[in-house]
Amino acid sequence: MAHLNRRALLGGAAATAAFGALPAHVARAQAANTVRIGVLNDQSGLYRDVNGPGSVACVRQAIQDSGVTARGVNVEVVVGDHQNRPDVGSTITRQWIDRDNVDVILDVPTSSVALAVNTIVRERNKIFLNSSAATSDLTGAQCSPNTIHWTYDTYMLAKSTGGAMVRAGGDTWFFITADYAFGHALERDTSGFVRAAGGRVLGQVRTPFPGTTDFSSFLVQAQSSRAKVIGLANAGGDTINSIKQAAEFGVTRRGTKLAALLMFISDVHSLGLETAQGLVCTESFYWDLNDRTRAFTQRVLPSMPGGLRPGMGQAGCYSAIMHYLKTVAEMGVPAARASGVETVNRMKAQPTNDDAMGEGTIRPDGRRIQPVYLFEVKTPAESRGAWDYYKLLQTTPAAEAFRPLGEGNCALVRS
Amino acid sequence: MDEIFGIPAPLLFGQLLLGLINGAFYALLSLGLAVIFGMLNVINFTHGAQFMMGAFVAWMLLHYFGIGYWWALLLAPLIVGFTGVVIEKTMISRLYKLDHLYGLLLTFGVGLIIEGLFRNQYGSSGMPYRIPPELQGAWDLGFMFMPVYRGWVVIVAIVMCLATWLVIEKTKLGSYLRAATENPALVQAFGINVPRMMTLTYGAGVALAAFAGVLAAPIYSVNPQMGANLIIIVFAVVVIGGMGSILGSVVTGFALGVIEGFTRVFYPEASATVIFVVMAIVLLLRPAGLFGRA
Repeated sequence: MAHLNRRALLGGAAATAAFGALPAHVARAQAANTVRIGVLNDQSGLYRDVNGPGSVACVRQAIQDSGVTARGVNVEVVVGDHQNRPDVGSTITRQWIDRDNVDVILDVPTSSVALAVNTIVRERNKIFLNSSAATSDLTGAQCSPNTIHWTYDTYMLAKSTGGAMVRAGGDTWFFITADYAFGHALERDTSGFVRAAGGRVLGQVRTPFPGTTDFSSFLVQAQSSRAKVIGLANAGGDTINSIKQAAEFGVTRRGTKLAALLMFISDVHSLGLETAQGLVCTESFYWDLNDRTRAFTQRVLPSMPGGLRPGMGQAGCYSAIMHYLKTVAEMGVPAARASGVETVNRMKAQPTNDDAMGEGTIRPDGRRIQPVYLFEVKTPAESRGAWDYYKLLQTTPAAEAFRPLGEGNCALVRS
Repeated sequence: MDEIFGIPAPLLFGQLLLGLINGAFYALLSLGLAVIFGMLNVINFTHGAQFMMGAFVAWMLLHYFGIGYWWALLLAPLIVGFTGVVIEKTMISRLYKLDHLYGLLLTFGVGLIIEGLFRNQYGSSGMPYRIPPELQGAWDLGFMFMPVYRGWVVIVAIVMCLATWLVIEKTKLGSYLRAATENPALVQAFGINVPRMMTLTYGAGVALAAFAGVLAAPIYSVNPQMGANLIIIVFAVVVIGGMGSILGSVVTGFALGVIEGFTRVFYPEASATVIFVVMAIVLLLRPAGLFGRA
């Protein structure tokens, strides 16, 4: 080691780090019948369990279930970790499209990253199937003819969870908001419903993202506002820490209600029913919803990481790829690869139907709509087995669950 | 006296208290770092991972063996401290003769590997770990609701910091350690086994990190990235306090916790950055840190 000089060593280390950040390189040569799907999500941070490797497992399951291989379509999957950073996500997306001939960018949680990818995919005329980002701007002011927003968005979460809380008497709110595009959109959309129902927003606090682990200061501020509902406009690890610490500080014991505006089943699993019981949340998928979702879960479970049950972001990836591959098989690979807009238009022209997400349709603004479910987390006594966490409170029909087509300011609708 | 700068006074008292609690974690973690840097001249970037391991070992003890919080408080630091001894013996001890940077790169890499392994095994959402029954509940202080457990954390952290400071500054063992840092060859000539002392010092620093991890387990989600989130702040604390200064790291840890707490009221968006602003100012005015010797 002694003869190795420091500069060479640091150079080597830097090169290794840079290599680690790059997506796996795929060969340039490509058979004429191959489509490439790039799964871009959080493989290493606080959102890993709600998308991450679980989304990849669901994509592979979709490829298998779609049966396109037997029809002569070859599907390749590449995986990238955007680390919740728009710059990293943009770099990977450009490389995938420009160098590696990737046709579809899939999943992309973290709204700030999703909005960046949205622009790049549109410039390159490829396809962006977003399952795990929440901002309703993807089908609003920033809508794109190359993008379909598949699984949920801030408007639908706000309407379902926020609406239910207001109806139950929670007419004064204080928001704890993750300080980036997603949190802002969720706070904005929920505030809209609270005010429309005659309620008031007493205040909000913006928490740095990522990197906030202690929410006690923010919870105490929320409490001293005397609001009846504390709206958590955050997700994943942030939501878990907020709820855990709210229990510690006795927030709910004083009658204040917590509204977890975006909560996933893996969050409930991590909190444990003891802490999470009684919370309500909105999802477009639950593994134990019906026979079809249970059958899907049974098939994909062996390849899910760490025994996780799929959540809605991951199930959305399955559903999106099922529909995409069906369209590819109908159009033929060369036609499906030629223009992202054309393929997306074909996908919009027919309803979606698969075991995970059931039946749905895709609107002109790129919003996929389906029934939306409001769940309550069971008490430990009510839960009958592993991952038996939700009871269904209410189902909002597809036509009412999402933002009306004309209200999003999407240029695709006006023209 | 009802309002200070437009903020209700009770809210500010609450934030002062919460700031002290967070400061307790900063102090405990930066204490371990300071001990390791002061004695070994190694910047231990594995510290965050070792903090996380402490929390995970506590969870494993409960989950696989049914061993509760109080035993975990003792066992987890011992177990994680032992892994520290192994890392020091097999890897770090080979780098003492080289520049700081080598130790930094090595420990940084080891930290990444450990976090990656835990992430592969346990995912990112984390594991539930409950507050022990003896420490559940809360006191109503009038101006805020104070969980008993948080009070316990502050007290234990202060006791631990004092004990460490006493051992290093006031005991014979501590004087050997300090002498060995100044001139290892001379101390060895007096018949003291310096390499073993270095190994045990590293193990003790790591055990302190694991101890903080066990304390954190009931408050934060026990997840693989919990240390990475904290460690950058803790490094800033060590730099502000003065590298290797034990008193400096403890005082700075608590002080910065309080500064961060107030920022969360006045301008919450900046609460993640305020510590680095303080760091930049301190480095400009006192490059060796507040308590460091230039």
